[in-house]
Amino acid sequence: MPKTPLDIGLIRADFPILNRELASGKKLVYLDSTATAQKPIAVINAMDEFYRLNNANIHRGIHTLAEESTAMYEKARQQIADFINASAAREVIYTRNTTESINLVAYTWARANLKAGDVIILTEMEHHSNLVPWQILTAERGVRLEFVPVTDDYLFDMDAYRELLKLEPKLISFTHMSNVLGTINPAKEIIRLAHEAGALTLVDGAQSVPHLPVDVQDLDADFMAFSAHKMVGPTGIGALYGKMDLLQSMPPFLGGGDMIRTVHLREFVANEVPYKFEAGTPAIAEAIGFGAAAAYLQNIGMDAVAAHEHEMTEYVLERLAEIPGIKVFGPEAEHKGAVASFEMDGVHPHDVAQILDSEGIAVRAGHHCAQPLHEMCGVQSTTRASFYLYNTKEEVDALVEGIYKVKKIFG
Amino acid sequence: MDDLYRQIIIERYKTPHYRGHLDPHDIFFEDDNPTCGDHIEITVQVEDGVVKSAAFDGHGCSISQAAADLLIESIHGKPLDEVKALTKDDVIELLGIELGPVRLKCALLSLKVLKAGAYGLGKEEVSDALVE
Repeated sequence: MPKTPLDIGLIRADFPILNRELASGKKLVYLDSTATAQKPIAVINAMDEFYRLNNANIHRGIHTLAEESTAMYEKARQQIADFINASAAREVIYTRNTTESINLVAYTWARANLKAGDVIILTEMEHHSNLVPWQILTAERGVRLEFVPVTDDYLFDMDAYRELLKLEPKLISFTHMSNVLGTINPAKEIIRLAHEAGALTLVDGAQSVPHLPVDVQDLDADFMAFSAHKMVGPTGIGALYGKMDLLQSMPPFLGGGDMIRTVHLREFVANEVPYKFEAGTPAIAEAIGFGAAAAYLQNIGMDAVAAHEHEMTEYVLERLAEIPGIKVFGPEAEHKGAVASFEMDGVHPHDVAQILDSEGIAVRAGHHCAQPLHEMCGVQSTTRASFYLYNTKEEVDALVEGIYKVKKIFG
Repeated sequence: MDDLYRQIIIERYKTPHYRGHLDPHDIFFEDDNPTCGDHIEITVQVEDGVVKSAAFDGHGCSISQAAADLLIESIHGKPLDEVKALTKDDVIELLGIELGPVRLKCALLSLKVLKAGAYGLGKEEVSDALVE
């Protein structure tokens, strides 16, 4: 691997929270970015300034503040479109998060286009947000779900996938990067094969968009769902990318203000894309923060972010392998994002996380909203340490020392 | 930290005294903590309204398993009415530690299961109100 081009010291200075001390007197070691990332000053300030200077409702009113707010809200949409290289800003629909983006497709496109017996292909490594919406649809419509297995090396089983494609599926909905295993799936190849088989694709980009260079046109993805808060933006806002012709053919999602062109007592005419999917006053400040987050990451460069994280992945796997009684779930570093979910002999993940917390180290313990995947790995839950552009090798060392403390307490 | 992981909690987690499944039994109940997947089942033998014997089984963190073991120990020889009246504070006293809101749920799972069983509740009737 080439030396990382990121100046981590400068990047860390952008994130005020990384300097805080905890009650234990220890400095924060934040290893839970897969759950939610910390926020740089650029994002915090963008939202703060909006409320101090510009705040008004959007797409209505002709006063100065309303015009400024609308322009800022739409500029952010362009920044997000640029970040994933969408061909037009209108192909980016604001939602609350990845979960809502997936549900939007399930409630609009799928309900308009699928009937009993139609096949949807998912994978065994999905987050609950890419399982439950389809399970609900199955109960309602009788569509059939099939699952691409995970190989013994924790990879997407391409042979099994090719077999499943013979069922003539209508949709392949898959995670681009597993939030537990870190597995980076070969999205471009998965999508190419899906299109050959006549199926559409929905990519769960919750983990990939924040951590890898993602180009929706190069991937030829039909839909891509992602959240702002995992890519240094605020909570409460996410996006659904969709190809324009698909979005235009879809019925609206929620009904209400802003999603309509005209309304009568008994009927309405839907607004154009993307507004037809954005009913009600949206999270305006959050959208502006989302745009600032996309611009922040783009300025640093996603190639550099991915290279740094790859280096972190190699280092954490190497260090954890030194500790007896630790088993890490996931593929080799080559196919893995900066996530280390592990099991520790004889100690429950909650206890691991609690003792690490006393050392100032924030990790996640549980099934990480991927219960079926944990069942497949034969564990109830795992402890997960995850890394982002602001994490350092010293923090990996702190994690390893913390794990030795756990071992000491549980003897 | 060393307070939270008192010796008794580590000991009872590693070598519980009351892990098992009683057959026959008069009371059986099981439940999970959905946020972490902890699972506890409890079996109780009752004679003349008094707990003759009890056991628990399941899996989870040290707090949930040690709390279950200590709780089961404490109800041996107790009238069922007293078992029904047990509260959160009784479990906290048994553990002898302060707990935050997340770990409190771990600690109280066994009490929830025990009381649901003692009251003869259905699965869908179980709620946190039992252990408040």
